[in-house]
Amino acid sequence: MKPATFQYLAPDNLQGAMEYLSENAPDANLLAGGQSLVPMMNFRLARPKVLIDLNLIPELAFIREDKNHLVIGAMTRERDIENDKLVHEHSPLLHRATLNIGHLPIRSRGTIGGSIANADPAAEYPAVILALDASLKALSVRGAREIPAEEFFEGALSTALDADEILTEIRIPKAPEDSGAAFEEIARRKGDFALAGVAAQVTLKKGIVKGVRVAACGVGAGPIRLRNAEEIVRGQSITDELIAAAGHAASAEVEPEGDVHATADYRRKLAGIMTRRAILKAIECAKGPE
Amino acid sequence: MADGGSRQSGGYIGQSVPRREDNNLLLGNATFVADIQLPRMAHVAFARSSLPHAKIKSVDTDSANGLNGVLFVATGKEVSAELPPINGMQVVTPEGWRSRVDTDILIPDQPLIPDDKVRYVGEAYGLVVADSRYIAEDALELLEADFEPLQPLPDAETALIDGAALVHDHLGRNVAAFLHTKKGGGADAMDDAPHRLRRRFVHHRYAAMPMECRGVVADYDARTDTLTIWSSTQIVHWVRREVSTALGMPEERVRCIAPDVGGGFGGKGHVYPEDILIAWLSKKLGRPIKWIEDRHEHILNAAHSRDNVYDVEIGFDSDGRILTVTSSFLVDSGAYTPVGAGIAGNSIAHMLGPYDIPNYETDCKIVLTNRTPNAPYRGAGRPEVGFAMERAVDLVANELELDPAEVRFRNMIQPENMPYDVGLTYRDGVPMVYDSGDYPKALQRAIDELGGLDTIRQRQKDALTEGHFLGLGLGCYVEGTGVGPFEGATVKIDPTGKIIVATGACPQGQGHETIFAQVAADLWQVPIEDVFVTVADTGHVSQGYGTIASRSTVTASGAIKIATDEVHEKVFAIAANMLEAGEPDLEVRESGIGVKGVPDMHVTYLDIARAAKPGWDNQRPAGVSPGLESTSYYEPPTVTWAYAANAAIVLIDPETGQIEIERYVEVHDAGVLVNPALADGQVKGGLVQGIGGGLLEELAYDDQGQLITGSLMDYLLPSASDVPPITVIHHETPSPLNAFGVKGLGEGGAIAPPVVIANAVCDALRPFKAELNSTPVRWGDVAAFFENSV
Amino acid sequence: MNNHKSINVTVNDEKYSGEAEDRTLLVDFLRDHLRLTGTHVGCEHGVCGACTIILNGTAARSCLMFAVQANDATIQTIEGLAKGGTMHPLQKLFSKHHALQCGFCTPGMLMTAIDLVHSRTNLSEEDIREGMSAALCRCTGYEGIINAVSEYAEQISSEGSING
Repeated sequence: MKPATFQYLAPDNLQGAMEYLSENAPDANLLAGGQSLVPMMNFRLARPKVLIDLNLIPELAFIREDKNHLVIGAMTRERDIENDKLVHEHSPLLHRATLNIGHLPIRSRGTIGGSIANADPAAEYPAVILALDASLKALSVRGAREIPAEEFFEGALSTALDADEILTEIRIPKAPEDSGAAFEEIARRKGDFALAGVAAQVTLKKGIVKGVRVAACGVGAGPIRLRNAEEIVRGQSITDELIAAAGHAASAEVEPEGDVHATADYRRKLAGIMTRRAILKAIECAKGPE
Repeated sequence: MADGGSRQSGGYIGQSVPRREDNNLLLGNATFVADIQLPRMAHVAFARSSLPHAKIKSVDTDSANGLNGVLFVATGKEVSAELPPINGMQVVTPEGWRSRVDTDILIPDQPLIPDDKVRYVGEAYGLVVADSRYIAEDALELLEADFEPLQPLPDAETALIDGAALVHDHLGRNVAAFLHTKKGGGADAMDDAPHRLRRRFVHHRYAAMPMECRGVVADYDARTDTLTIWSSTQIVHWVRREVSTALGMPEERVRCIAPDVGGGFGGKGHVYPEDILIAWLSKKLGRPIKWIEDRHEHILNAAHSRDNVYDVEIGFDSDGRILTVTSSFLVDSGAYTPVGAGIAGNSIAHMLGPYDIPNYETDCKIVLTNRTPNAPYRGAGRPEVGFAMERAVDLVANELELDPAEVRFRNMIQPENMPYDVGLTYRDGVPMVYDSGDYPKALQRAIDELGGLDTIRQRQKDALTEGHFLGLGLGCYVEGTGVGPFEGATVKIDPTGKIIVATGACPQGQGHETIFAQVAADLWQVPIEDVFVTVADTGHVSQGYGTIASRSTVTASGAIKIATDEVHEKVFAIAANMLEAGEPDLEVRESGIGVKGVPDMHVTYLDIARAAKPGWDNQRPAGVSPGLESTSYYEPPTVTWAYAANAAIVLIDPETGQIEIERYVEVHDAGVLVNPALADGQVKGGLVQGIGGGLLEELAYDDQGQLITGSLMDYLLPSASDVPPITVIHHETPSPLNAFGVKGLGEGGAIAPPVVIANAVCDALRPFKAELNSTPVRWGDVAAFFENSV
Repeated sequence: MNNHKSINVTVNDEKYSGEAEDRTLLVDFLRDHLRLTGTHVGCEHGVCGACTIILNGTAARSCLMFAVQANDATIQTIEGLAKGGTMHPLQKLFSKHHALQCGFCTPGMLMTAIDLVHSRTNLSEEDIREGMSAALCRCTGYEGIINAVSEYAEQISSEGSING
């Protein structure tokens, strides 16, 4: 399948990109890693008149830190995130989630901004940033704004970004000391879209769950923050019963749809199992050396 | 005279000779059909239906024709006016079969592009020729087609309802074929069975899905009035025949070549409309034409397979001896049946497997529906029937609380009873007689390789006490291989003294050039480097059949041997003349012929080639014609019988239902192995495909006849991570049916895995009395067993 | 209506200049414009890996990029692996371990493997299996491929330790 005709624009700076987008929206697409967009274009399911390539804008790819956050440029490659020391140290959840994304050649090109802006219901990064209450910076010719993760995802493949806005950076709160993280995902094959995936970060203080953040992917129109599951374990000392209850709460909180790969009921069940496993694993990591 | 050439010391047969095919493929110098570029080449795209069943009211081509870069547009109207449909049954069943199997066959011909109706999602209703594929696809969007949707027949059950719409109105029914056969007392004998059980087994739809999609390049040369066609196909001679018929050209003026072919597995094993259409376009437009199928087209339009429903009843005694088997099955053939009754004919013949069962009766309906046409894919009816039978054997064991292994041993044909008359007729029209083999030994070996039955059952018990679920799955089958009608080979001694071999085999990765070089090198006693092999080119061997049905090792080797024997006659006569010796005193040795016991009296093939030339100063004795060449055909008397015993241990995750195959063992017997490494690769490759069929791959239709799994994101092929530890053990019981003792082995690996996995999972879930009688085996269904019990 | 761009790209250490429509896929540019047909098209949806090349040092699927994106890029394809008539060690190992049958997936397998093995040290067999699941093979069942890549990984890591 060959894509339909489009005009290719390759700005080398952010201002140029914003202007192109402003002129051409909504008939324009932004090209980040291309791992999701180009297959759609090859199927002719996506047919932008204008394609604005963000790959030549160096200021969009970076990983920095400030006192309390990691700040990651939207065009940072998943592969670079996987290998980055700052990420490994300050957001083990982001690191672990990255390992579940596709395969190495996909991560060579795929970007964190592209994944988040694409908002595939099964994608790992949206669950991570929702769990961590990250914030997203959006830029347009009209100015800049910060969108909290909680307000960012509006449905399958749908976000709060306006047609003329570019997602430029992601601010992720650093993982607290005494915290551990886990990403548990089940897919039909390694690297496939998750049937259910759960991101968990747990902070322990003397065996009590001081902080807990859990979010799921693959079991709803977008990522789902599992607040009921969190509530059950927050402030508690972990027991088998509590973990089981958290799993049940998660199963009830998710809104999966069935497809050829898994029925809705089965995904719901998997969400519960992955939640239990993720929380337990995160606790283990919080206890032991990383 | 040369013997079969097998098992001689220093011989090539039996050695894992490295492949001569590898060099080009590894260096990126291969030529797959998409790699062919010719001057003035134009590109084709097909407009394909997104409706499963609809009348074509009109297709307006004006806008498409007006697009810059478009050279030609055609719809069913133009095509049907100029080109006949493809004969619906490309594999003709011989009279010997039709006279012994009850058949009522009404098979629809397949129009190259229909002008009346579209009958499945993906069927072409138009084509565009343009300067590039990109432009051709742009033009497709400008075709204005007006369809009147008709009742879709999304599955066989719907198609069989009285009053359902007809896929092919002129047939008057949606059953392309009724088949029936029986052995012994048939269904009547069921009443005598002390125990009976009845079940339905479903084998879902999946497909060959080679990594290279299909493609055709055609180049018509006006000066010589010759068409050259390169097709990614398994049957170059069939393509030539169909193109020659359709275009009214002598076969001699049509040449079909399969260049490097990126996998076929049966999916490229018949003539498709595109093979003829691209040739037609080249002749019509006077320029080279290229069509390369893309993956989405391939999934919609290249043949699907399997898709059977079996209703089986087994009659057995208290010792687990199976007395009577009856089955009634449906094949969802989709909108056309290009290989006719072939798959079902296989299923009918293979149901009884390696067991000695006195009574059998089966009937089959090959049903037309609005799905993609169904054609053979590795196994071709044997995985489907094997699933039903091997599940049934386990169910018999369950009823009697016997070990499934024990029930198999009690029913298996013993080695001392070989050759064994099955009492049925194979689709080559010949009564089935299993030629050689030791079925119980293979099964025992497979089980022993996993630790032995007692150890496995103990492991299973111990695991259960810890809340772990472990199961043993077994699957045994026999496989008719090396089927006729024939294969052709040309063998010659080149003027340079080299051995030139050409045969009608069409490899898609099997390594035929290497294998047939090994065979010829042994027959001629020359270094393998002195043998030059051409395959898959109608220009090199006048009549050939092709590579499907695990047949080429048997049939092409057979043809090479006959051709070699013929050339040997002349070679001996000429050598005798040159050496002034009697023919009985001569032997084949060292790239030539020599006098037995006299090392110095020797002539090389180069010497003999010179001596054999026509004209002056030749050294042929009187009565020996010039040239050293023979084109010969091997018509196998009937099939040889490969077989295997498969065993696997699985572990089940009781929470998620995930299935881990701890180890998979196949003990496989294909007689003498020409190249053990390549044989191993074939079995293992097939095995992984079978695992894909059992667990991952699925072509799913919705109730409106739409294919839901239309891309590789949904059609899940096994990746390296999906492959369990596999052991393949080769037993080599020679076949008495040919000079080399070989049997076919291309398909075997793919036959048993789905049933082995199902049996293993059911065995692991024995505490729940679980039954899984359909494929694919789904984690969700497995998990459900755990939650339904407390 | 036709949007064309000129493209300068280095492929297998050779500089090429060409022109392509904006929408021309990189894999089609390599195959049809540069006549480097060793890289294959298997799906055009980024799943099968047959089109994998090495772009600016890492493996990438060339069916998911446009040729124009490769302007000023450095690319390595299968045709660039053998040097001066000698096969790359991994190519030799593929032949040794019968890691190919039809050969269609092989170019993508080789490039995927080279990137994988050079991307990190201490790859276990499971790491290799996981890493190689990026590319699909329908013929071999992967055993030969995993064996070849494993032996290559050992070669690379022992060379590394020799070089300190």
